[in-house]
Amino acid sequence: MRTIAELSDALHARRVSSVELVAQALARIDAAQPTLNAFITVDAEGALERARSADGELAGGDARPLTGIPIAHKDVLMTAGMRTTCASRMLASFVAPYDAHVVSKLRDAGTVLVGKTNMDEFAMGSSTENSHFGPARNPWNTECVAGGSSGGSAVAVAAGLVPACTGTDTGGSIRQPAALSGICGLKPTYGLCSRYGLIAFASSLDTPGPLAHDALDCAFMLNAMAGHDARDSTSLARPAVDYVQALRANAGARPLAGLRIGLPSEYFGDGVDGEVAAAVDAALAELRKLGAVTVDIALPAVKYSVPVYYVIAPAEASSNLSRFDGVRYGHRAERYADLADMYKKTRAEGFGPEVKRRILVGTYVLSHGYYDAYYLKAQQVRRLIADDFQRAYGRCDVIAGPTTPTAAFCIGDKADDPVQMYLNDIFTVAANLTGMPAMSIPCGTTTGGLPIGLQLQANHFAEARLLQVAHRFQQVTDWHLRAPPARSKTTVADSHEAARATQP
Amino acid sequence: MGLSAEDIQRLAHLARIDVDSHAIRDVQAKLDAILGLIDELQAIDTTGVAPMAHTQDVVLPLRDDVVTERDNHMLYQKQAPAVADGLYLVPKVIE
Repeated sequence: MRTIAELSDALHARRVSSVELVAQALARIDAAQPTLNAFITVDAEGALERARSADGELAGGDARPLTGIPIAHKDVLMTAGMRTTCASRMLASFVAPYDAHVVSKLRDAGTVLVGKTNMDEFAMGSSTENSHFGPARNPWNTECVAGGSSGGSAVAVAAGLVPACTGTDTGGSIRQPAALSGICGLKPTYGLCSRYGLIAFASSLDTPGPLAHDALDCAFMLNAMAGHDARDSTSLARPAVDYVQALRANAGARPLAGLRIGLPSEYFGDGVDGEVAAAVDAALAELRKLGAVTVDIALPAVKYSVPVYYVIAPAEASSNLSRFDGVRYGHRAERYADLADMYKKTRAEGFGPEVKRRILVGTYVLSHGYYDAYYLKAQQVRRLIADDFQRAYGRCDVIAGPTTPTAAFCIGDKADDPVQMYLNDIFTVAANLTGMPAMSIPCGTTTGGLPIGLQLQANHFAEARLLQVAHRFQQVTDWHLRAPPARSKTTVADSHEAARATQP
Repeated sequence: MGLSAEDIQRLAHLARIDVDSHAIRDVQAKLDAILGLIDELQAIDTTGVAPMAHTQDVVLPLRDDVVTERDNHMLYQKQAPAVADGLYLVPKVIE
């Protein structure tokens, strides 16, 4: 028993208490921390207190689906009274004065926050190697990266430490670590989940979303996270959708009948590892068995996604990260000559190499004489990419392909080559540029035992459809049920069941 | 095109980040590689294409002009490296 759906049933039936689940999560986090490094901060005392209060609600009969479920937040989301570091020396001792909107929504939904997960510094990276607190490690092979930037969240779910986590996705930072760690990750439509309290990296791309074992659990999380928030000017007011209910409907043998899946030739080319391509093909065959038809589509401008992204994201980052100057919060250098020198030394000491690189690139593309050639040009090509997708959605309902060109790579392999690292995002960045929802679900493993992710994309606000396709796939396959070798398969609730079963 | 050491220093100054002189060569090489990646965009014909700043065609809302926040300066200033009398302290700028 490990999913939100299962744990929620057990909590509501009083077969297990939230205190027991949280204590178990804390023990597992403790045991896994030396090898996996999934967490930056753990709040054991606070978590147990919140769990006791959740147990009170469960006893009182006024509990909601997520009441008492232990979760963790990516350390880029502000948590009032709790350290929020962005995995940076700059914020290593920063205690957030207020909650991010999605943090308060998930708390109001009854979840029990146990801690903050590791990530690439300021969410810049695809491997969680750019963390001031050291890399997170992949539970399927601890020599490998967990993906990034929400690597700690992906590891925490994959290793069974907590059933679900939040992440943020600016260019693939939820989907890519989900794929590499063998779990599900959903990047919602831009504007569906508020960015309030999400420490900004690239404001026009940053999107909070869930990481969990399966589509149903992503739906539980999204139900709590989505919703308009006046404090984020880009948050969109939309009628609420019950994503869990959308998955509950009974379906026949061909539940995906009528669904058109677009296969862009650009996602199935030479750059894709053979085992990844084979796993994706096998997943598509399953989806066809469920009634879906596949259609070939073209997204000619999508090949420019990575260059467009690496203009727009650094440009926005260079502006957003100018707030870290050693004056109002965060690190301040000890020795400096004057104010300008204090800024420069503070930022040189506080930021890691990749963050500095992106700030410098962003400064360059926005600087006088280069703005039109880079930033404006990138915004124009961004529209060409978005137009490609809109045209494609005239011919199909979802777009499928690999989430990443390869399975997890070794820690250190790409650390010194930023461009090689950036190319990991080749299939994921377009969804951020267009603001459209996309998710990664496990669809196979390599001969080396590393997970492979299938990416499903859809038009704005089609999260329910994406979740339905993933859910139907998961009802007939078991990739989402596979656990990495290190994960303990026995849970508190399972041992209760076993004890009950052996009672005379 | 390649960036010179002077270009790097100019960018570092604009970005207010000290770059060690011994690190310049490495920064230069990596920035050149990244610029090589993004230079691909120059070849694309974008005549008449409107730049896209937001993912959807929405007008950003204006909220009512009313006070919604409490005075939190004491709470926020707890995080500051140096504060006195409710003010943030920085090195002297005017002699």
